[in-house]
Amino acid sequence: MYTQALNTAETDDRGLEDAAKAAQFQARIDAEERIEPNDWMPAAYRKTLTRQISQHAHSEVVGMLPEGNWITRAPTLRRKAALLAKVQDECGHGLYLYAAAETLGSSREELVDAMLAGKAKYSSIFNYPTLTWADIGTIGWLVDGAAIMNQIPLCRCSYGPYARAMIRVCKEESFHQRQGYEIMLTLCRGSDEQKAMAQDSLNRWWWPVLMMFGPPDATSQHSDTSTKWKIKRFSNDELRQKFVDATVPQAQYLGLTIPDPGMKRDADGHWRYSEIDWAEFKQVLAGNGPCNRDRMAARRKAHEDGAWVREAAAAYAAKRAQRQTAQAAE
Amino acid sequence: MATANIEVSETPLVLYALRRADDALILGHRLSEWCGHAPMLEEDMALSNIALDLIGQARELYSYAAKVEGKDNDEDKLAYLRDVRQYRNLLLVEQPNGDFAQTLVRQFLYSAFADLYWRAMTASRDATLAAIAAKSEKESAYHLRHASEWLIRLGDGTDESHARAQAAIDHLWAFTGEMFAVDDGERALIHAGIAIDPGTLRGRWLQTVSGVIGEATLVLPQNDWMQQGGRSGRHSEHLGHLLSELQSMQRTFPGLTW
Repeated sequence: MYTQALNTAETDDRGLEDAAKAAQFQARIDAEERIEPNDWMPAAYRKTLTRQISQHAHSEVVGMLPEGNWITRAPTLRRKAALLAKVQDECGHGLYLYAAAETLGSSREELVDAMLAGKAKYSSIFNYPTLTWADIGTIGWLVDGAAIMNQIPLCRCSYGPYARAMIRVCKEESFHQRQGYEIMLTLCRGSDEQKAMAQDSLNRWWWPVLMMFGPPDATSQHSDTSTKWKIKRFSNDELRQKFVDATVPQAQYLGLTIPDPGMKRDADGHWRYSEIDWAEFKQVLAGNGPCNRDRMAARRKAHEDGAWVREAAAAYAAKRAQRQTAQAAE
Repeated sequence: MATANIEVSETPLVLYALRRADDALILGHRLSEWCGHAPMLEEDMALSNIALDLIGQARELYSYAAKVEGKDNDEDKLAYLRDVRQYRNLLLVEQPNGDFAQTLVRQFLYSAFADLYWRAMTASRDATLAAIAAKSEKESAYHLRHASEWLIRLGDGTDESHARAQAAIDHLWAFTGEMFAVDDGERALIHAGIAIDPGTLRGRWLQTVSGVIGEATLVLPQNDWMQQGGRSGRHSEHLGHLLSELQSMQRTFPGLTW
């Protein structure tokens, strides 16, 4: 579903590398060429991307949990099928993002182990609970909407496999976003109880969604290197503002109120939001969000309960290879 | 009260479609419970895919049942507003997921049947059922292949996976007999060429099942006592819990559009 702007680029270590290669590399980036897996790249570029792509992959997979929470309770068969297909899409995004990360030299197993050990991050938004059906609408509308805002520029990321993965991911996300909005529209045209459910959901998700774009530019230290490498093309605050400007009219159309009494439209037509509670953001990142422990526990349980299945598949593959070798020798 | 169960006029053809729709929905629902929790991402994808096929089949069959009945019911009323005693699915498909072996064996036993069943049903004189069968047959063939390959891997994998797969077969075997049973109403449909007699598929089903189980180095259970009751609404205790989750929104907020 989403990569969070948590990613801080590694400090540039060109001094330790061949200066000529580094200059050539930067020239290719400046010329908007794509870097491919077998090309030379600075170690810090590789490390930054491995971290960003794997965080993105982890977010897709952990992101299956809050929405998966409603698959068995979706209110109609059509909604049930659509939600299941959506969560399946997120899983697919996770798979090809892990594959993109693997092109940088780390295996899926290593990356997943780091996440399960709590050493790798995933998007903070998935540490909030889905309490009502309206949350499924809100996640599609706002969480996927924010993800698209962040990911569209990543389609032009300098690293080829990541950029190509993002093109497909963005197409699917934009479908999810429309689907989420349509759920909200149905609720807002429904009974008073349904409208209240939609408003309550927006109230709970609005601020955490704004936090998805990461810390304010003033406090974000390492964006420069990512920008120079054309991994990041817009700042956190720029993307956040774009998202707010796009979302406010959508909320108005639904007849919902953005839970920010201080929000104003400025002379340039931008919707200016109030101060975000960054203390809450820090707490969620530190593991103290409402669902951090549940999400990690669910992923660890799936991994541990599935260990015997993965071992069986490996053992069977080994036996089969052995039999084939024996047959060939006869 | 709007949350009350609906009434369904179960003529033989309505009942026929409901039974198959319930099989598909309940099994699809069970598989969907894995989404986000499977042993590997590839299986999160695969099990969700199979669940989607089955939910799709259920929707078509419910819509057809509603159309044949010709009253105020629709796919959602049929799925969300009937209670345990009105559900007509096989006992096999409502059995809990258990471990991955139990889920795969349940799928294997059912898909080995569904594959033959829907292929035969493509010859139905009822054009809608024949069309549903044509789609379901293609899907079931893939489901069977997926489950067979896994059963072989588990049976011939490690000692642990072998033991788990065998335990799952031993546990679920008693629910397989019901797939081949037919009551009087359905017999009339068979005579009319609308349905086919599942009893005629038993030999081929057993052949497929024993073949895969043998290749998996597993064995068929000796016990041939078969449980019955799902088709007439006498279910295991598991179904009520599944339905209370499945139906919770429609029961809590009756009569709304979602």
